[in-house]
Amino acid sequence: MTALPRKTPLYDAHVRSGARMVDFSGWFMPVQYDGIIAEHHRTRTDVTMFDTCHMGRFWITGPMAREGLDRLLTTDVNAMQNGQCKYGFLLREDGGILDDLITYRVHAERWLLVVNAGTQDRDRDWIRDRLPPGVRFEDASVRMGKIDVQGPHALPRVASVLGVDASRLGYFRFMEFDCGGEAIVSRTGYTGEKGVELYVAAARIPEVWERFEKAGVKPAGLGARDTLRLEAGLPLYGHELSEAITPVEAAMDRFSAKTRPYVGSEAVKRRRGQGAAMLLAGFRIEGRQAARAGQAVMAGGRRAGTVTSGSFSPTLQAVIGFAFVEPSLALPGTRVQVDTGRNLLDAVVVKLPFYKAG
Amino acid sequence: MIQNDTYYTKEHEWLKVDGDEATVGITDHAQEALGDITFVDLPKIGMKVNAHDSLLVIESVKAASDVYAPVGGTVCAVNEALGSAPELVNQASQGDGWICKFRPFDAAALAGLMTAEQYRAFLAEH
Repeated sequence: MTALPRKTPLYDAHVRSGARMVDFSGWFMPVQYDGIIAEHHRTRTDVTMFDTCHMGRFWITGPMAREGLDRLLTTDVNAMQNGQCKYGFLLREDGGILDDLITYRVHAERWLLVVNAGTQDRDRDWIRDRLPPGVRFEDASVRMGKIDVQGPHALPRVASVLGVDASRLGYFRFMEFDCGGEAIVSRTGYTGEKGVELYVAAARIPEVWERFEKAGVKPAGLGARDTLRLEAGLPLYGHELSEAITPVEAAMDRFSAKTRPYVGSEAVKRRRGQGAAMLLAGFRIEGRQAARAGQAVMAGGRRAGTVTSGSFSPTLQAVIGFAFVEPSLALPGTRVQVDTGRNLLDAVVVKLPFYKAG
Repeated sequence: MIQNDTYYTKEHEWLKVDGDEATVGITDHAQEALGDITFVDLPKIGMKVNAHDSLLVIESVKAASDVYAPVGGTVCAVNEALGSAPELVNQASQGDGWICKFRPFDAAALAGLMTAEQYRAFLAEH
């Protein structure tokens, strides 16, 4: 099946800006504008904005919404307050990770789920088919757009452009505001910097983007988004996370530790008891030659794991990445090697995140 | 950016002859397509290559790409500055961003390369 990639409401703006467009998970998306490294540094030192309209957004509403989500997600939704967001997983019965997502609680009967672009169609069917009767499911991915504004100067810039003061929000908190219609601002992001994610009616997205542009906020593409999230030690679905593993292998069991039963909880409990055969770990390589996804991790002259993501880190000026390794190698300080196919690179397992905003 | 005294390949390498020595690099088109270059795996001095052999690998943020030998030759010098400043290839691909030199090299094979004019036409077609 070949379908033309979909366009976000900002497609024309990207083309106008001279972005290099690629097909990402079935969407035409900008990989870079003036250069991945420049966009990366700008996010770390100033502010940038990202088109994230390609991600999925689902509204779950009704008297049984909380109970329904409690059963479907690893997220402890019962512990959430109004205006809070929480990271978690959507699992299969066998514990395989269908997606990682962020849950927003507006109030007990109104919730927003934000899921990955490439998994949203599958997620939509999976969730809709499993919600209790009476709970309303709305796929708002087309109706609502999303822009991430990230960087140490993001909050004052959002305040001056949109008149909304997100600085009074704690991390992983959100509020609704008026942006010519309903809108949401949350203190979340995928860069490891201060910043927000903005949810605005899709029809208004190009105008909001333009207002930020006029205020001097430059766009950043998927290339910088990837190096930024990697430095921040954040997993990417399809690389670190997949249906083949449970949160235990991802070393993210703290996000599936809810004691009440949920889809996949029995499988996760079993895996927790057995212990994982492979664990996700971060590694660092001095120098500039990068380890890449799919390359073998070697220990004692034999294969002991696989790289899932790897890149030169513009901030750290060294190579960093994630790999699944045998549990005995997952401890920080452990020395391993990565076989690039051309040579063996000396790597050391390190604690996450690789980079933390100052 | 395309220089008249220089030869070009379909893989977007350039080769500039200066007496019995030939300097090799990648073209402006190639560096533009690669994006920010983060690592140039320089060949060893003394390495002998045939035309079209993989000469070295250049890495950008997103990927690793082979650079092929435009003609056969022996590597007699490498651009050590690229070790700490690979971005020179982005900034001046046919100047300070040169990669290595061959001496000797197969001068007879130059006839199989593109002239500046031919390379310009090749870029326009592709």
